[in-house]
Amino acid sequence: MDHMHVHGSALPLWPQLLLALPFVLLIAGYGLCLYFSARKGRTWPVWRTLFWFAGCVFALAAVAGPLAVEAHHDFYVHMITHLLLGMLGPLLMVLAAPVTLLLRALPVTAARKVSGILKWRIVHLLTDPFVASILNMGALWVLYTTPLYSGMHESNALHVLIHAHVFIAGYVFTASMISKDPMPHRPSYLYRSVALVLALASHGILSKYLYANPPAGVPAHQAEAGGMLMFYGGDLVDAVIVFLLLRQWYHAARPKPHKTPQPVTG
Amino acid sequence: MEERYRSRNLWSGVLFGLGAIAFFDEVVFHQLLRWHHFYDLATTDIGLISDGLFHAFSWFATIGGLFMFADLRRRKALHWTRWWGGVLTGAGAFQLYDGIIQHKVMRIHQIRYVENVIYYDIVWNVSAVLILLTGIYLLRKSRKQNGSRAGEA
Repeated sequence: MDHMHVHGSALPLWPQLLLALPFVLLIAGYGLCLYFSARKGRTWPVWRTLFWFAGCVFALAAVAGPLAVEAHHDFYVHMITHLLLGMLGPLLMVLAAPVTLLLRALPVTAARKVSGILKWRIVHLLTDPFVASILNMGALWVLYTTPLYSGMHESNALHVLIHAHVFIAGYVFTASMISKDPMPHRPSYLYRSVALVLALASHGILSKYLYANPPAGVPAHQAEAGGMLMFYGGDLVDAVIVFLLLRQWYHAARPKPHKTPQPVTG
Repeated sequence: MEERYRSRNLWSGVLFGLGAIAFFDEVVFHQLLRWHHFYDLATTDIGLISDGLFHAFSWFATIGGLFMFADLRRRKALHWTRWWGGVLTGAGAFQLYDGIIQHKVMRIHQIRYVENVIYYDIVWNVSAVLILLTGIYLLRKSRKQNGSRAGEA
């Protein structure tokens, strides 16, 4: 293994702890919601709970511990953590439907408040598939094609901000495509599909661009390995997102079992 | 066959064919034979974009074509001749685009990095044309069958 250091500085403990804390709280919070939901006599699929736990653990592994420390020096390992934090973790967590569980756990008045927040214009805007794609993919283009990537290794605050963004943007992007959580004003399947294909294309193009144009301070062989990992790893997670989106479309478009007389509307 | 199912049979086939041939290209020529390169220094910018768009779309099209296939089956509206016509038309058209535009004009990568690559190009593009013509032939045939074999599955 090549231990070529990008800028020599090691990743201190505090950014790791700061980035790990939210995921620990998210695991605990999900457990708490499960408890309150069960007290109301509601059941919840075990697989959703497992997905939440697994998603949080993958994200944790990306931001704290040996993998996170190694990723600070090695672009290939950085790309592993990127896939875990920005794609696989968010995918699993979206499938765990946390908002639905939260609404079940909360008392009615509080649940209404949460539903109210979901109707905010800003939430509507940020969860638009195109906006979410631009926040997700656009940020990656900026990160890897500007001095921001080397800056991330010099400033720990920048390190924390960028990793928080990668996770949040990855989560919102995935949710905007396939979340089963309540989302008022859900765009059509066609609209989501077009946004998804363009986002995937942009991901593939960036992967190949990085293969040939390493970010400042990254040796060529790491950029090549990292670019290929980004390309194929992204493909695998994306194939799952595509499959789930199209399966929802397939179910929504099922033929009606009985022809009931209905007024013709545009 | 209802008009909308005629075009749905066609498009299900075209999407699946396009996606399947792209998947075949990735598995056989990139991964197994390792003839194609992941990135070629001669690649033009537009070539990189074309490659990215087609790669993403082919993933989507493979899965989407199969869901449309499943939809035609549950509606008992699958027409095999027309569907296969679509598959071969989509596969042939993409193979030809890949062979002429992406390999030669945009120079994404060559079929194989050898001196006499021209022979590889000829075999590649002739086979693409043959697949495409077979697809078009099946589509014309399904047009003639229209009505008499509706709903066959």
